[in-house]
Amino acid sequence: MALFEAKNVTKQYGNQFALDNVSISVPEQCIYGLLGPNGAGKTTLIRIINQITGPDSGELFLNGKKLMPEDVQFIGYLPEERGLYKKMKVGEQALYFAQLKGLSKPEAMKRLKYWFKKLDIIDWWGKKVEELSKGMQQKVQFVTTVLHEPKLLIFDEPFSGFDPLNTKIVKDEILFLRDKGATIIFSTHDMESVEELCDNITLINKSKTILEGSVDEIRRKWAAHEYDLIFEGDVTIEGNGHYNILHQNKDNNKSIIRLKTTSDIKSNDLLQSVMKSGNLLSFNPALPSMNEIFIRVVETHN
Amino acid sequence: MNKISVIIKREYVTRVRKKSFIIMTVLAPLLMASMFVLLPILMMNQKGDFKKIAVIEDNSDLFKGVIKSTKDAEFVYLDNAKVEDLKKTFVKDGYYGILYISPELVHTPNAVYLISSKQPAIGLLQHIENSLKKEIERQKLLSYKIENLDEIMKNVETNVSVQTKKLDETGKETGTSTGIAMVLAYINAFIMYMLVFIFGAQVMRGVIEEKTSRVVEVIISSVKPIQLMMGKIIGIALVGLTQFLIWVFLTMAAVTVLKTTVLNKNNTTEIAQSVSQNLMAGDQQAAVNAKTANISPEMAEFSKLFDNAMNQQWGLIIICFIFYFITGYLLYASVFAAIGSAVDNETETQQFMLPVMIPIILGLMVAMGTMQNPESSVSFWCSMIPLTSPIVMMARIPFGVPYWQIALSMVIMLITFGAFVWMAAKVYRTGILMYGKKTSWKEMWKWLRYSG
Repeated sequence: MALFEAKNVTKQYGNQFALDNVSISVPEQCIYGLLGPNGAGKTTLIRIINQITGPDSGELFLNGKKLMPEDVQFIGYLPEERGLYKKMKVGEQALYFAQLKGLSKPEAMKRLKYWFKKLDIIDWWGKKVEELSKGMQQKVQFVTTVLHEPKLLIFDEPFSGFDPLNTKIVKDEILFLRDKGATIIFSTHDMESVEELCDNITLINKSKTILEGSVDEIRRKWAAHEYDLIFEGDVTIEGNGHYNILHQNKDNNKSIIRLKTTSDIKSNDLLQSVMKSGNLLSFNPALPSMNEIFIRVVETHN
Repeated sequence: MNKISVIIKREYVTRVRKKSFIIMTVLAPLLMASMFVLLPILMMNQKGDFKKIAVIEDNSDLFKGVIKSTKDAEFVYLDNAKVEDLKKTFVKDGYYGILYISPELVHTPNAVYLISSKQPAIGLLQHIENSLKKEIERQKLLSYKIENLDEIMKNVETNVSVQTKKLDETGKETGTSTGIAMVLAYINAFIMYMLVFIFGAQVMRGVIEEKTSRVVEVIISSVKPIQLMMGKIIGIALVGLTQFLIWVFLTMAAVTVLKTTVLNKNNTTEIAQSVSQNLMAGDQQAAVNAKTANISPEMAEFSKLFDNAMNQQWGLIIICFIFYFITGYLLYASVFAAIGSAVDNETETQQFMLPVMIPIILGLMVAMGTMQNPESSVSFWCSMIPLTSPIVMMARIPFGVPYWQIALSMVIMLITFGAFVWMAAKVYRTGILMYGKKTSWKEMWKWLRYSG
């Protein structure tokens, strides 16, 4: 069952559409990628989910029930532009945000200590935010987002500004939260992390949904008809009525070849026909990266 | 509701703990106290420019010695000097100016002139005019050859000091003092202006800070924009009230300490005297009473002044002050919050500040006029118009304002305040999430009509 659903959401600023009849359905315990070029309407959608602003038309459901203002306590939001009071001390500030989310002071304190220790930022408790590095600030913000253990977490570009090590730490935390039962909506331009983390995605361009579904399915669908072959030694194959050769490379006593089928030849038959050319080391349907798909889909749509 | 109190607490605590708050809270009363105590001393001891003025009469001594020297000016009678000669040398000779009196003055009122290189002070001219007028009157009387004229003149000389008493509906009379009312009106209007303006501007800065640091997005995902706005406005209002109350106490303490230690006794009585003279223009009755009661006249005047001050309707003043501070502050603070939400940094606020400043400054100016004429129609209307009423009404109240006018003004204020908060909240809600766009009034008007 879907934990969160948005149905036919439309939002206009003046005559400009920010969202035009967009629907998403986020299954429980799923990491859901919200993709799209800059200015596509992602932030507007996220703001609508957070009830920062309301849609002109369309409906939102959390757990099958209409989304209500009180539901903010079930949602955690890490905005793209990190926002902390610069002059305020880290601990006090985290406590303040926790209280705004409805946690009692002692409970918030207990959980903060746990998270600060876990992310190794407990030493920064009494420091002012402006004394912290950008990565540190983001860790603090991450903690304030997840502290009230929301069912639905929304991360807008959660890894920007992190070094690889911290990126890994935060990725692991996100997966950990998912495994503990949280559902995550995740907006990013980093397609590698989409492949790595996301189960489902929606791609928005110019205020409209242009692609949606599970990441694996989408990649398979866009990969259709392309295969990567690796032969031992120097091997060359020619295209025929069933397939064309896209490119061939020789490297380290190996031949790497990508071909595209032009008829509806079965992969078994294809394998048989290429096996004759040499000692085949690997045979894979070529999955395009999300990056390629993103570019192709958006360019076609434009 | 609980969340609003969390916001109020943060706004209050972070501000009260700031060093600048503590420094201002301690320093301001010292400055104010020194103003109250030192200013009169300075004015007392002010020597001014001592002026020497050459007086020339055309071959006569009709007015010789008539104009007495004062502590500001000395009048030197030159017998055999010519105006034309002296004109060239008077500055070099150390004179401020030349007063030329023609004997024709008795018949021609403008047969006297003062030559100087600078524009003379009005007090100096009045002194000269009064002295000459009295002398001419005396001489004219003399020409009637009345017996014992000097004695008669002495008998005739009088002094008048109007005592004001307010009569209420029940016929009860209370002694009042226009001077006290003026001072009170001034203090009321000025403190109202300062509080509304200083703390209103703080609201604006707070909103801009939240917007530029993008904190607002995190908070708005937890609470409604109006909760954040009202929490901030109320929190800062409490900071203002706290500071104001500390100031009142510290100022009182500082004035007392300064008076007893720094000043010697003579100076104090002198100040008391000058204050009472300024305010009451002399009070013979009190002096007479004091003489019979064997108290110094200054003390008597002072205590009368004190009684008159106590006769003010303090309860009404305090209630009205709190009401107008809260509503006036809320009204302006919500406008300031809306402005803060519409801009990306503080320098951009300029274009929006002017239209907001105009009614505040207008209010202050009308309040100053109110002290001269509390019943004027300008004062009346400005004490009804909600943008100026907190300042102007507070200046009017010490002079006595019919209750229906206060009530009407308060009702208008409440309605407007509600409307302003509502509009400000709408602009604020859209504005705080808008970045990188130069906002205009037109744009803000559009935001007003956005839904949800």
